[in-house]
Amino acid sequence: MDKFTKVTGVATPLMRQNVDTDLIIRIERLVDNVTREGLGPYCFEQIRFKPDGSEDPDCIFNQTPYRDAPIILSRENFGCGSSREGAVWALKGMGIKAVIAPYFGDIFNNNCFQNGLLPVALPIHEIEQLADEMTASPGNARITVDLENCQVISPTGRTIPFQVDARRQHAMLNGLDDIALTMSRRDEIEAWQASDKSARPWVWL
Amino acid sequence: MGKTLFDKIWDSHVITDLGNGFVLLHIDRLLLHDMSGGKALKEAIDKGYPPAQPRLTYGTPDHTMSTKPGRDEFTHPPGLPLIKSMRETTSAYGIKLFDLGQDGQGIVHVMGPEQGLTLPGTTLVCGDSHTSTHGGLGSLAFGIGSSELVHVIATQTMVQRKPKRMRASFEGKLMPGVTAKDMILHLIGELGTAAGTGYSVEYAGSGVRALPAEARLTLCNLTIEMGARTGMVAPDDTTYEYLNGRDYAPKGAMWERAVAHWRTLPTDPDAEFDREHTVDMKNVAPQITWGTSPEHVIAVDRAIPDPSKGPEEKRGAWEAALQYQGLEPGKPIEGTQVDWVFIGSCTNSRLSDLRAAAEIVKGRHKADHVTAWVVPGSVRIKAEAEAEGLDRVFTEAGFEWREPGCSMCLASNGERVPPGKRSVSTSNRNFVGRQGPGARTHLASPAMAAAAAIKGAIADVRKM
Repeated sequence: MDKFTKVTGVATPLMRQNVDTDLIIRIERLVDNVTREGLGPYCFEQIRFKPDGSEDPDCIFNQTPYRDAPIILSRENFGCGSSREGAVWALKGMGIKAVIAPYFGDIFNNNCFQNGLLPVALPIHEIEQLADEMTASPGNARITVDLENCQVISPTGRTIPFQVDARRQHAMLNGLDDIALTMSRRDEIEAWQASDKSARPWVWL
Repeated sequence: MGKTLFDKIWDSHVITDLGNGFVLLHIDRLLLHDMSGGKALKEAIDKGYPPAQPRLTYGTPDHTMSTKPGRDEFTHPPGLPLIKSMRETTSAYGIKLFDLGQDGQGIVHVMGPEQGLTLPGTTLVCGDSHTSTHGGLGSLAFGIGSSELVHVIATQTMVQRKPKRMRASFEGKLMPGVTAKDMILHLIGELGTAAGTGYSVEYAGSGVRALPAEARLTLCNLTIEMGARTGMVAPDDTTYEYLNGRDYAPKGAMWERAVAHWRTLPTDPDAEFDREHTVDMKNVAPQITWGTSPEHVIAVDRAIPDPSKGPEEKRGAWEAALQYQGLEPGKPIEGTQVDWVFIGSCTNSRLSDLRAAAEIVKGRHKADHVTAWVVPGSVRIKAEAEAEGLDRVFTEAGFEWREPGCSMCLASNGERVPPGKRSVSTSNRNFVGRQGPGARTHLASPAMAAAAAIKGAIADVRKM
């Protein structure tokens, strides 16, 4: 997994609720033979592009200074809906490193932590203020998301703490994935399975 | 203090405590489908992790192949590499694949219960958010992403943090024209699309106890649409009657032993939940969604909501939804002209769903301007429906009778509602573009969808 320690950059205020993973990446892009890294151009395609394929200038992702922004600010329930991990790959492909929202869809949240994309949960009033600070000074405003110290630094220098599970923080800071750690517990797994086979033999086909 | 159904299953599957609130949880069943199954198996194998428990792993293609009558894997060429990859990887490790054209093939959340692979008290995962469906039989089932899928293939376990517990109780009897689909849409309408985030949900109460097993699968299917990954109904005689004799369910003395264990699973009377919500079934009418989130739902005899009269924090979303859907606030939703009707999906494609739709359709004909599809959930359901003559009821009414698959629920096989067209669909998501770019979706029960096809407009099934 990619490491995440800290990112500083422009944050795009995509201030809508329930941004679902269908909106982030259309399912057919995951059927077509596109690589994970190649999904970026299709991220949010339904709002970035018009039906004729041209860019929609009204979409904030197509506007300066947000075009290459590494952070997204959003409202409640970002990443709800489908479990498609392609949503996280597409965001990464578009250059997104962190998303700040009041809370996230559970499966999307888990998928982020498998890929080094940081979901940061902050109260909505803090996010609205971050969005205001971003738009008040377009071009100059930057936000920092610091995982080591679990804090967001606003464009005006305010420090806003956030919480993250210690286990996930450690894995993300060090780019660890779970499989190797779990494999080291193979004896415990096999012991559990042996005992379960006698307790619930009908489960074991 | 007593334990909940969820706690009993969860606690008995903890292999070890990993600290910081995380545990290593054993997974009893892994179901694979074509969108992610072959790729995840290949990734695990390439990383040096062959499948840990091939005999606890089952697969079927459902997402990417055509559902056109007479289809094969070549009918929708973009899906072909995914289906081929699934065949190669499953056969290399002896994983049972219910392949195209074979008995058992179907939508993965229809196939699992139908084959008796889904059992009470088991943990079951699949790379699909509607895995909560299997909770209808008392399985702790949830959807996972691709990376987690690779972890399960490699280790037969997951690193998980225990969610909170919510109980949603439905008390009373079903009112006329109301189904499990209406119950769950009504609940999502009351609580909102994120109420279950961070929770496991148990559905309980006299209204749930009275539901047949297939309806419980529908109820649990939409759990993710209120934010929770897992939703369950406690197993009971209805569950056992449904499972007894199914291909992979235990048999003979083993069946008796399993049932004795399953009878210990229901929530103890003194168990506590972090959140309780009760729905009076008298208030549940046939539902129809109007917007672009499953929480945008009303009873079919109500007016389309006016954003200026709604909660302030939802106004923007409501306005955007009405604009996308091409609807005017304040007008009755009944009578809104419909172009497409889709009866199918892991929510509503089982035999009881097709019977309910056929009952409305029988002796009538669809409106001329409507294209209506029926996509049975599995090869077996299709055969059972044909044996009852349901296919002829539909085709004589001008509906298309198709092959099993996910089809127009998410349009991953190229089957789409055209841009700007309005669809009444028995599926689970009315998101922007879900059924195709620009498509306008209204979620409803199979009988409501059938009524819309006949009337050519959103219709109240109680008037049919």
